[in-house]
Amino acid sequence: MNKWIMTVDDSASVRQMISFTLHEAGYNVIEACDGKDALAKLSNQKVDMVVTDLNMPNMDGIGLIKELRKKTEYRFIPIIMLTTESQIEKKAEGKAAGATGWIVKPFNPEQLLSVTKKVLGC
Amino acid sequence: MLDQHKQAFREEALELLAELESGLLELEKFPEDKALIATIFRALHTIKGSSGMFGYDDISMFTHDIETIFDLVRSGKLTVSKQIIDLTFKSLDYIKAMLDDSSSKKFSELTETKEILHSFRALINSTKSTTPETVTSGTIVQVADTQVTQIYYIHFKPNEDIFLSGTNPLLLLNELEEMGPFYIRSRDIAIPAFTEMNPEKCYTAWDIVLSSNKNINSIKDIFIFVEDDSTLCFTVLSKEGVLISEDAVELFLKETAKLNKLVDNDIISLYVQSQQKKNVDEQHIREADRHKIHHDGEVVSSIRVSAEKIDQLVNLVGELVTLQAQLTQVANETSSAILLAIAESVERITWDLRDSALNIRMLPIGTTFGKFNRLIRDLSKELGKEVELITLGAETELDKTVIEKISDPLIHLLRNSLDHGIETPEVRQLAGKNPVGKVTLKAFQSGGYVVIQIVDDGAGIDKEALRTKAVNLGLLSPETLLSDADTYALMFNPGLSTAKQVTSVSGRGVGMDVVKKAIDNLRGTIEVKSEKGKGSTLSLKIPLTLAIIDGLLIRVQDQFYILPLSSVEECVELTRHDTVMSNQRNLINIRSEIVPYIRLRDFFLIKGERPEIEQVVVVDINGIRVGFVVDTVVGQHQTVLKSLGALYKNVEGISGATILGDGRVALTLDINKIAELQEIEEKSTLV
Repeated sequence: MNKWIMTVDDSASVRQMISFTLHEAGYNVIEACDGKDALAKLSNQKVDMVVTDLNMPNMDGIGLIKELRKKTEYRFIPIIMLTTESQIEKKAEGKAAGATGWIVKPFNPEQLLSVTKKVLGC
Repeated sequence: MLDQHKQAFREEALELLAELESGLLELEKFPEDKALIATIFRALHTIKGSSGMFGYDDISMFTHDIETIFDLVRSGKLTVSKQIIDLTFKSLDYIKAMLDDSSSKKFSELTETKEILHSFRALINSTKSTTPETVTSGTIVQVADTQVTQIYYIHFKPNEDIFLSGTNPLLLLNELEEMGPFYIRSRDIAIPAFTEMNPEKCYTAWDIVLSSNKNINSIKDIFIFVEDDSTLCFTVLSKEGVLISEDAVELFLKETAKLNKLVDNDIISLYVQSQQKKNVDEQHIREADRHKIHHDGEVVSSIRVSAEKIDQLVNLVGELVTLQAQLTQVANETSSAILLAIAESVERITWDLRDSALNIRMLPIGTTFGKFNRLIRDLSKELGKEVELITLGAETELDKTVIEKISDPLIHLLRNSLDHGIETPEVRQLAGKNPVGKVTLKAFQSGGYVVIQIVDDGAGIDKEALRTKAVNLGLLSPETLLSDADTYALMFNPGLSTAKQVTSVSGRGVGMDVVKKAIDNLRGTIEVKSEKGKGSTLSLKIPLTLAIIDGLLIRVQDQFYILPLSSVEECVELTRHDTVMSNQRNLINIRSEIVPYIRLRDFFLIKGERPEIEQVVVVDINGIRVGFVVDTVVGQHQTVLKSLGALYKNVEGISGATILGDGRVALTLDINKIAELQEIEEKSTLV
């Protein structure tokens, strides 16, 4: 069975790029435009991994990670955050909130796939 | 495929730009609106993040500085000004141009864009906040793999809460396995009893031996997401593709398994056991030794080693002490319990090593005493005097270099005693003394110093003659009153000799100043006591060693200094109030005793505000208590003395320098000299 991955980003183009890349690699992808949207969509579909941007309106990435870690079914899933090189503190904050790892923007599809494989194992 | 994404990005970016424009217009009206600023920042952030991903590097670079500006605004470090808004508007136009222009024109090289960036940077710099440094990419850093296959030993102990960050440690191990053939063993010693086990925690650690042609950095990269929270240690077991020793891997694993138990089991019980075993062992050794003595009748008790080797050892120990201080500092800063424990052990061993190494260089002073007997015998014959030399404390140990340097001054002082001190047998008999004069050479240890005394029962020093001579030479004005000690100190002035006639032995007035200089160079002091008709005593106080001393690290403003700890008696506080109470004179009342002090800040002319409460380090200088006022007393410091080099060797008041843990240099103070200089200065201001 194919794994489900959720991508959360307020930028449609980034979302599009991520879901295209992951889809091509054989994953099922759900898109969400911010933390709130993500939480709402996750109650319908269980995912195996989340890739989230940090800076988003309504609910940011850190808030989303914290919320997800409170839920039993998302306590141990890998969550990857997207950061820019200027967000060192954010990275630490995200890790403290329970993020598994990070990808620094800008990244290319290969990098995204290698990290996904790394934390999902397949 | 990429074009399709590019198109999507372009559309999105144009949308964002429009949003930015309206946002900026709003901001012009409501420059304080936090939500508005956040929206603008986010839009910029998205443009920056996405543009880089779709090949618009120019936009990404250009937007970076604008984003920084709004980040500063967002955090309140910068306020919205017309300049910022104007500049941002201008840059939005350029971003639009960059988006539309599909040609690979370099916008970043246009003078206009450069100007904009320049203004933005000026703004950023004005807040003085440095832009954060670039983080290493979370994705795998490409490093050229070595062609040679290396054997690595990896110890990996994940943080107990590793599962809570969504990490599966087994995946990391799988990834590691892909690097090459590997051998793994898990450490399960930390797994608690079933009843106490929390299934959400990871208790296991792993030892891995991996043979791989990958670079060590590629292997470390596997753990990039967990390296901050986990215990990870990488060791290369092979050298140029060859194992260090044949069965190194197996042996290493066995050893680590043992070590593992040592570390994780109840360490105290093991310590107790080992102590008991040690005691038993020691008993065995003692018995064995006894046996040995009985059987062999001869045990090697010493070996001869060239002094060079020992000097090198002491130098190395000095370097180690400096390095150890650095380690301790780093350990304290990182506040990692494991590192701290290691740093403490290293410190203890380093100190022991230092003591042992310095001890090797220690020689009994008796080796020099030996040659004095002959000297006294020859001299007394030449001078027609009868003198007996008594040496005491020949077993007192002193650093070899110190002994070498002290020999000549001692010879000179002994000659002086014989020549000026001891009278001829006839004179002695007339004075009712034993016709045979007595010179006692006595050495004993006192704190960090060795005191060498030359006591004679001769005529004593003629204070008046010394004084007259000094006045005649113009060293002293006739009306100056001098204490006994000061009067005797006159004899260390060059050109001064009270000998009525010049003999081959002494009396030319050269020598005592040379003696004084030699003792000064050893950071020692000379004290003279004398009683007319009864004899005189010269006491030399020499520090035990010249290489490493225990120092007290102190700070004045941002300068660090070292005081020799052996002289320090106590540290007290000095408040502004105290200063006022003593009528601005440099005196402090310590338990109803008046102690003069020297403010190092003034002495070294250090600029800056004095702290409200200063510290006074009270030291003993030749029996007189003197305070040194400093800003802060940092604490004890193992001081490896380094010379200041040829250019600064004549700087008075500073005897050398040492390197602190963080690489800074601290000057070691020559407290005797400073007190002396201060005294001279104060006297001159009084006149």
